Amino acid sequence: MSWDTVADVASAICMLGGAFLAFAAGVGVLKFPDLLSRMHAGTKPQVLGLVLVLIGLALRLRSGGAVWALVLVAIFQMLTAPVAAHMVGRAGYRTGKVRRDLLVVDELTQDLEEAREDD
Amino acid sequence: MTWVIAVCGVLLTIGVGFAIVRAEKGPSILDRTVALDIVVTTMIAAVALYAAIERRTDVVPVLVVLSLVGFVGSVTVARFASVEPEGEGRVRTREEVAAEDAARREAEEEAERRFAHADDEPEAAHPDVAGDTEEHGGAAEGEVR
Repeated sequence: MSWDTVADVASAICMLGGAFLAFAAGVGVLKFPDLLSRMHAGTKPQVLGLVLVLIGLALRLRSGGAVWALVLVAIFQMLTAPVAAHMVGRAGYRTGKVRRDLLVVDELTQDLEEAREDD
Repeated sequence: MTWVIAVCGVLLTIGVGFAIVRAEKGPSILDRTVALDIVVTTMIAAVALYAAIERRTDVVPVLVVLSLVGFVGSVTVARFASVEPEGEGRVRTREEVAAEDAARREAEEEAERRFAHADDEPEAAHPDVAGDTEEHGGAAEGEVR
């Protein structure tokens, strides 16, 4: 068994993991009851799933330049995903899309109320 | 190797299908945005899968562009998301549209009648002029700040 075969098998396993996380995101976004839990499901393929798929691709391509471009892809995704999630969560909270009865801890509402009392 | 590709393809397709169902159902615009975000991410995974199957390095720049551009849509939509009144996303029936049109026409006629009346007595205050600035410069209701 050569190292090429080992790399191909590892790549296949990583690819399967990434594809499964994308599938899990689809199921989660369809089944979960409110915006915040759907966002939670949506972040699975955005970081871990994508990194797994990119590792799989890098193990299969095995060439220097392409692998560095894939590292770039992972870095860009990690930079931009939190920005989008922050904006969506903020807009969701302010337009009342958050279901309070499903939250275990709601520190933002508590803090906002305390700030309002201080005024 | 063939069955790995098949399983990956099926998983990605089902995931995208569910996300698109949510984008169609989604009660609010933000739910649709989250679902479409998942569609973009799964598309990146699908392009990576294709590159892995064919061992093509020239597809990698496509991945870079998709990962850079993917978040612009959700940030833009989230910026302009506003409080939607209940039933806003519904398509109105023919009767409701007709009723709304009739109500608007009546209001216009009423305003015209008042305008003609005001011409008779030049001293009377114009009700239309006062409301004019609000109509053009007012902020959108329920806007996210």
